[in-house]
Amino acid sequence: MRRLILAILIGFMAPSWVLAESEEGPKLQNANVDLNDRVGLQNGARLFLNYCVSCHSASMMRYNRAAADLGIPESKMKANLMFTTEKIGETMTVAMQGADAEAWFGIRPPDLSVIARSRGDDWLYSFLQGFYADPTRPTGVNNAYLPNVAMPHVLWELQGIQRPVYGTEKDETTGKSVQVLEGLETDKPGKMTEVEFKKSLRNLVSFLVYLGEPAKLVRYRLGVAVLLFLSVLLVAAYLVKREYWKDVH
Amino acid sequence: MNAIVRQLTGLRDWVDDRFPLMQLWNDHMARYYAPKNFNFWYYFGVLSLVAFVIQIVTGIWLVMNYKPDADFAFASVEYIMRDVDWGWLIRYMHSTGASAFFIVIYLHMFRALLYGSFKKPRELLWILGMLLYLSLMAEAFMGYLLPWGQMSFWGAQVIISLFGAIPVIGDALSTMIRGDFVVSDITLNRFFSLHVIALPFAIAGLVVLHIIALHEVGSNNPDGVEIKKLKGPDGHPLDGIPFHPYYTVKDSVGVVVFLMLFSMVVFFAPEMGGYFLEANNFIPADPMKTPLHIAPVWYFTPFYSILRANTINFLWLDAKLWGVVFMGLGVMILFLLPWLDRSPVKSIRYRGKLYKTALAIFVVAFLILGYLGVQPPTPARTMVAQACTVIYFLFFLLMPIYTKLDKTSPVPDRVTM
Amino acid sequence: MGSVTSVGPPGDDPGCRGGHADIAEYVGDPDDMTDNTVDTRRRRFLTGTATVIGGIGAGFAAVPFIASFQPSARAKAIGAPVEVDISKLEPGQRMIQKWRGKPVWIVRRTPAMIDGLKSFSAGVLRDPDSTNSAQPLYAKNVWRSEKPEYLVLVGVCTHLGCSPGFVPEMGAAGMGNPWNGGFFCPCHGSKFDLAGRVYIGVPAPANLVVPPYEFVSETRLVIGVDKENPA
Repeated sequence: MRRLILAILIGFMAPSWVLAESEEGPKLQNANVDLNDRVGLQNGARLFLNYCVSCHSASMMRYNRAAADLGIPESKMKANLMFTTEKIGETMTVAMQGADAEAWFGIRPPDLSVIARSRGDDWLYSFLQGFYADPTRPTGVNNAYLPNVAMPHVLWELQGIQRPVYGTEKDETTGKSVQVLEGLETDKPGKMTEVEFKKSLRNLVSFLVYLGEPAKLVRYRLGVAVLLFLSVLLVAAYLVKREYWKDVH
Repeated sequence: MNAIVRQLTGLRDWVDDRFPLMQLWNDHMARYYAPKNFNFWYYFGVLSLVAFVIQIVTGIWLVMNYKPDADFAFASVEYIMRDVDWGWLIRYMHSTGASAFFIVIYLHMFRALLYGSFKKPRELLWILGMLLYLSLMAEAFMGYLLPWGQMSFWGAQVIISLFGAIPVIGDALSTMIRGDFVVSDITLNRFFSLHVIALPFAIAGLVVLHIIALHEVGSNNPDGVEIKKLKGPDGHPLDGIPFHPYYTVKDSVGVVVFLMLFSMVVFFAPEMGGYFLEANNFIPADPMKTPLHIAPVWYFTPFYSILRANTINFLWLDAKLWGVVFMGLGVMILFLLPWLDRSPVKSIRYRGKLYKTALAIFVVAFLILGYLGVQPPTPARTMVAQACTVIYFLFFLLMPIYTKLDKTSPVPDRVTM
Repeated sequence: MGSVTSVGPPGDDPGCRGGHADIAEYVGDPDDMTDNTVDTRRRRFLTGTATVIGGIGAGFAAVPFIASFQPSARAKAIGAPVEVDISKLEPGQRMIQKWRGKPVWIVRRTPAMIDGLKSFSAGVLRDPDSTNSAQPLYAKNVWRSEKPEYLVLVGVCTHLGCSPGFVPEMGAAGMGNPWNGGFFCPCHGSKFDLAGRVYIGVPAPANLVVPPYEFVSETRLVIGVDKENPA
């Protein structure tokens, strides 16, 4: 019996090392999202509403919810951060018409309400740093993490402009040398230093994570309370069980 | 105080004169004698019931705000997650509950394999349980379409297309299941109806039948001893104890532990690393664009692997149809278990090396199949899946032989604690 | 897991005493329960404690389900305070504004109408001082409004929820006497004066409800919000 359980446990682990697979594409950078940093989240909200919401909507998120959750006074939210509506209870819709967007960028910019849940925080953090100059693209930029991206480099003023560094690699099947993107380096610096920019992006991505699931701000705390309560109940239930089972043992 | 008790007793007697209240209570709780040696594996029956209740209650609440309409379904789920007070908790309980239900059901079924709970006289009990398992798979499959994300859509698309492999009627059949030429609003509507009305009724009915059948033949136990054979002077099994209070208090402990594990997932990891809620399902369904990698939810993956494993045409059927046939057989063969097992003993405790080895290999193969089902196929993985598929079927097909050859040890008259 | 320890004749298993019979037989039977007598009081106490804790847990678990019946954020957004421009409202006229899905009336009363409110003798109105009616404190007066000139009312009859009609003319036909203008509910014949106060002898039990409101300027007011009920 014990051996059987052991065999099952080994069975569980076996496939993961037998068939471990290699990651594809450039390595993602760790976003280190921090939902407890309220000032950071507020900064993220500011960046999001200033830079993203001109093209992307967050049609599931209400301004007053974000204001209340992040501790932004509603008057401030209304005065500084709301550009498409004056009603605080409205969702973060976008002024740009979908058809216009399709004409300009070829696609409709996706709604960002749950983008952090479909893409993941690390991907967003890496993607937003991954723009580099590419004159062959209509927007003048390409992205290391999403090749041939339709989105322009909205944060270029802050980040500056990066140029790609290429290396050559031998294609294993054809044997020919191919050009591969090895990294990015700063061409023209922006308003922010690299450290500042990364910190801002971290705030922005933290906000996107919050945006993807506002309940995240409460569910961990609630979970601890629930587990504490259940452990008390467990003790009580166990004592009853032990008491009754004296008859049987 | 005494006056209240008298009043309540009076009310109970009034009902009892008109309805077999106390008889039901006694038959199924207070005087249902269960073996006293239940171990860890015997919690999962009651836990399935707990999971079922969680799903029904949270489901009722979700339907209050969900919209089964291709244009609104995705947004209505996010509406529940944000705009409805506590909606996120109810939704996470439901999404986690689905996986929790399958976890306890799989452990419950494994228990039957360990202790021979499907063997005579419990064949019908096993068949009812298998019908429950099938209904649960249908329920889960249809429920998974409702969030109307990319995985919902393409998962349904792929599985319904399976029926297209059936010769002659296949295409017409899959069109009929969808009610359209692709998975669409019409499909969503009918799946919604089946998910919230038809299948829950079927499952509830089968649960009642399963319990009635269980209480008719009596519970098996880790020793596989029939406790009814030895009765005391009072007419009750010597190794039996009344279900209430002994197992009600014991199961309460199990239920609390289950709720703790359940809460850990609900509050701290509702996505469970993408296995309970998949990242791609946070992208609204788009019939024009298939996600790069689609895999069914984890509880279907062993059978999905069996489906993909066969890559060769043989006899007069092609590989695709064989895959479907194998997948179907993989589930259906479980129904035959009571007649495949020829061992004179029930419990693994008294079985010989052959069954123990076979079961261990089977479980490992099943888990590998499950793992492979969530991975994109590569030639190496397909070969492993093929090997495991063969093992899966050999476990059943060779069972009459190895269970007969197996060297069993003598079963005691009484249970051991 | 354990091996077979005792394969003895039935009933010869001292380690498993009590397994085959009702506990009731053993309760308070000291001869049979030498080493671990059933302590009924302890048993009852522990069971009671666990039941109470479990009951509290069930109560907590019910909270989210009951609370989810509250108006959702969307319902609240739709029912958010509305700002109304009243610059075009002429004396003697009424305008209707939707708030929380209900009609809200704004009436600009003429000086004659305001005078008419005071002239009622006792015995005409059921609740002339609005003691049993719903209104913000600043509207608990003869005019039932913040400014005597402007009346703001929820246009839903306090009887069974119909929306009364506006009958502003003094002594209008069929309205009985005295009638200084007011509102008449067609469903069950309830009558209200130009402050929304209910007449006696009609089915409506209370005056029409005054919603919270606030003037943001001379010509603009917000319905649904005031100093006591910030948005």
